[in-house]
Formats: sequence, C-alpha cells, structure tokens
Amino acid sequence: MDWSLLLQLTLNGLIVGALYGVVAMSFVLIYKASQVVNFAQGEFLLVGAWVCWWLLTDWQLPFWAGFLVTLAFMTLFGMILQVVVLRPLIGEPVISVIMATIGLGIFFQALMKWIFGVFAKPFPPIFPVERVNLLGLEVQTVYLLSLGISVLIMAGFAWFFSVSKHGLAMRATAFDQQVAQSLGISVPKVFAMSWAISAVVSSVAGVVVGVVNGVSSALSFYGIKVFPAVILGGLDSIIGAVLGGLIVGVLENWAQYIDAEWLNWGNMYTIAPFYALILILLVKPYGLFGTRNIERV
Amino acid sequence: MAEAVPMLEAVGVSLRFGGVRALTDVSFQVRQGEIFSIIGPNGAGKTSMVNCISGRYRPTEGQIRFEGQDITRLRTSRRAAIGIGRTFQNLALFGHMTVLDNIMVGRHHLLHRGFLPGMLWWVGGAAREEIAHRREVEEIIDFLEIQHVRKAVAGTLPYGLRKRVELARAVALKPKLILLDEPMAGMNLEEKEDMARFILDLNEEWGMTVLMIEHDMGVVMDISNRVMVLDFGRRIAAGTPDQVLADEHVRRAYLGESDEAVPEAQEAVPT
Repeated sequence: MDWSLLLQLTLNGLIVGALYGVVAMSFVLIYKASQVVNFAQGEFLLVGAWVCWWLLTDWQLPFWAGFLVTLAFMTLFGMILQVVVLRPLIGEPVISVIMATIGLGIFFQALMKWIFGVFAKPFPPIFPVERVNLLGLEVQTVYLLSLGISVLIMAGFAWFFSVSKHGLAMRATAFDQQVAQSLGISVPKVFAMSWAISAVVSSVAGVVVGVVNGVSSALSFYGIKVFPAVILGGLDSIIGAVLGGLIVGVLENWAQYIDAEWLNWGNMYTIAPFYALILILLVKPYGLFGTRNIERV
Repeated sequence: MAEAVPMLEAVGVSLRFGGVRALTDVSFQVRQGEIFSIIGPNGAGKTSMVNCISGRYRPTEGQIRFEGQDITRLRTSRRAAIGIGRTFQNLALFGHMTVLDNIMVGRHHLLHRGFLPGMLWWVGGAAREEIAHRREVEEIIDFLEIQHVRKAVAGTLPYGLRKRVELARAVALKPKLILLDEPMAGMNLEEKEDMARFILDLNEEWGMTVLMIEHDMGVVMDISNRVMVLDFGRRIAAGTPDQVLADEHVRRAYLGESDEAVPEAQEAVPT
C-alpha cells in the first residue's frame, strides 16, 4: 500500500469536498427558501468562471479585482434570473419549475460555448508559487486558498442564518410564506436574495476549479456531482450539504485509489459517489440530516 | 373635531371564490383603543374578514381603510410596517426555531440595518441595534410570562405556551392594530383566563387596538367593547355586547330556528 499517496488523495478529497460542500450549500439554500430544485446550479459555476476568465484575460484585470467584479456580476445575475424566469413560475407545479431550471442549464451551457468556444482555456497564472509543500504533501496554492474560502463561506452561512435579519427572514419564509408575509417579510425579495447568494457562492467554486483545471463546459458537471452530496446530507439541511460534500470528495478519491491499486475497472472516481448515494438512501431515505417528510421529486 | 378617523374601516367588503360568497357587503369600523370582536357560526366568514385586513385575500369588492389610508390593495408584507399584526387560527410558529428567534422574526421590519452593514457587525452599529431590540423583545417575553422557555425550540412547547409565543411574535411587530384569530381556541379554563388578561393588558397598557375572532362567548362578552356578528358572510348585528345579545337575528343565527344544532348554541346563552 502506498500510504503517502492515500494521504495525498484524502487531502485532495477534503479540499475538493469542501468545494462540493459550498456548491451543495448554495443548492440547498435555493431549495430551502423557494422549494425549487435547481438543475442549473452547475451552470452558475460555469458562468462565474467564464466571466472571471474573461475579465482576467481580455481586460487584464488583476485577479482580486476580476474576482470581485465576478462576484458583483453574479449577484445581479442570480437576482435577475429569479425575477425574470422564476418569479412568474411561483405557484406553478413543481415539475414545471424544475423543467425551467433544466432549460436554463441547457441555455447557459450553449451560450457559454457560443461566446467562449468549446475548448478548455487555462486561467493566466495567478499565484507566484504553483504548489506548496504541506507536511510532505503537495498542495496546489489555489486549493489551499479555496479551502480557506470554503471555510469562510461556511462560517458566513452559519452566521447569516443564525443571526442576521435576512437569514432569519429566509428561514421564516422557508417554513411558511403566508406567516412570513404577515410579519412584514417580502417573500419575493427573500427569493431573489437566495438566488443571488446561491449564484455568487457557486461562482466562487467555479473560479477555483477553473484556475486548477481550466475553464470549460465540464465545470457544469459539478452541478450533477453535487446531487449525491445534497441528497446524502438531506435536501434541506445546510450542515448536511457540507458533510455530504466532504464525504463525496473523499469517497471519490478513495475509490480512485482502490481502483488504481487493485480493481482496474476504470472511472470509479466519477461513479463511486453515486453507488454510495444509493446505499445510503436504502438505509436513510431522507438523507443524513434531512427533514423526515419533505417531498421528493 | 367631529368623529375621529377610525383605526380600521371596512366599507362594503365582498369576497367571492368562484361561486362561493365568503363575504357579502360587510361594513364596520374599529375605533382607536377598543377591543372589537367578530363572532359567528362556523363558516360565517370571520377568518376571511381578518384575511382581507391582513392582506392574505384581496376583497372582490369594497374597501378597507387603515387610519384613513386605503389599504385594499397594499402588499401583504407592507402591512406590518404600517402597523397591522396578526396571529393565526391554527398555530403558525416556526417550529424548528427557538422562541427567541420566532419573536425576533417579528422585529424584521423594525431592523433597519441591511445586508452589508449586518456583515460589519460591530462597526456598522448593527450590534447596538440588536441590543436595543433584544431589550424590547425581553420586555414582551416578560409580559407574556414565557421567560422560562425563551431558548426552547418552539415546536416542542405545549399548545397553550405556543399560542402565547405566537402572540408575542405578533406583539413584537409593535402593531397599532393586532388581529387575533381565535386566540383561545383549544385552551383550558386557566389558559383562557391568562390569555384574556394578556389581551386586556395589551389593550390598556400597551395601547394596542384589538380585533379578535373568538368562539368563547363568555370571554367575548366580558372583554370586548363592541361586537360584530357575521352569519353566512353577512353582518347581522353589531354593537355593545349587551345589544348584540339582545338582538333577535343573533339569537336566530345561533340558536337556529331549524333543527340544525349549531355547536356554539349553548354558549350563546349568557349565564
């Protein structure tokens, strides 16, 4: 057994898993606030990464400036998407709304290909040091940064939902829209805010992955990857989403290790989380932290 | 000055759901500082009326005015800001939140700090603001005698306490007019007495005008200044409790000339 490789893969898994967790959280955020299963979550990563790439290459902005502009853009993007596309669908059957998000996914997928082409494009080098040595393990600098950002975002979510006025309003809206309205909470505003936050947070993950692997439509695959994470944790649990993300991240790296060492089946990296998902749902149909009677679609 | 502007005024309010007439041409006024009750048999349109005032339903016809301002089409969430708060017939607490958080949601429209200043917790003055709000919330908690459960998760509390927490949340809005939809439904005698005392104190000490729907005739007649009776969506009587009890339409609606036993029939007779 190659212990150092296993350790390295575990570390990678945790870092990537934290990113999954972040995307899963933003997915859960939309579901919690507006009961919409957003199949276009992966495209949020894609759009965010392309916008950042464009700002950094065509506009030659420094990374921090480009990143901030991207975040600002994604705030508007999420908000406008909610107002223009999803608000008219309030009160329509769940399946219509889901179809609309699938449509959005396909649309942005195609739009990005049309604007930026079909080939993966690398980000310009951002960090002076590509990799750092951490206790004998090689870690990409951007991953280290992403881990920090992920933890920061998670702490931010925790703070937002437990203390802030809008977080409280969001929880109230998720629980009962009628009552929330009677308490002076504007439900349309809460929905728009949840989409904006979700888009921003997802785009952070998009940029990080883009810096590591280059930007291409493969990024939107994260939207699919997030499903096992979210369902593992329970569709409506933020903590569950984070844990689900970490589990999926570590799991896929271990699966790859086992596959490379002994099985040689190939492609376990992609498939293993879904096997685990099926197994866990057999035992805990509502996920690890999900509310018992939530409606599945 | 002649007649002051009433706190709340409904003028010819009708509400239809397709062919069902929930309310037909209902008019009434609630004066500043009074306790006004709406009574009536089940399905008489009492809750529909309250829903029109709180904005959950839009009347098909007619107008609702609050302090002289037409609010018939005002957005539901704006009504909290102009001073209308409500509780619900079926408990509507946020079950997974603590009592304190439930009540803090009621402060939503009073918290001015937005998203970004909120992030700059200490710098932006949000901390100071929260402290001021917490003080007021604690006052409400003291008043409703729910200190011992303030950190408890609302969904775990017994029914009578949950009703009180819901009232606390509505009071936290600092409304001028508070709409109570059956505040005593399902309570035992002791709990009812407590609730009646809270409502009287809200009215007298906190200066809130109360509009209440209640089935317990004893309580209604005891604490209301004026009463309106609805039957099949129409106003059949209004006046002081004594006037209403003496009204023959009311007796007919409640005691029923046909054999249909109305559940409230026994309670309608004053003892």
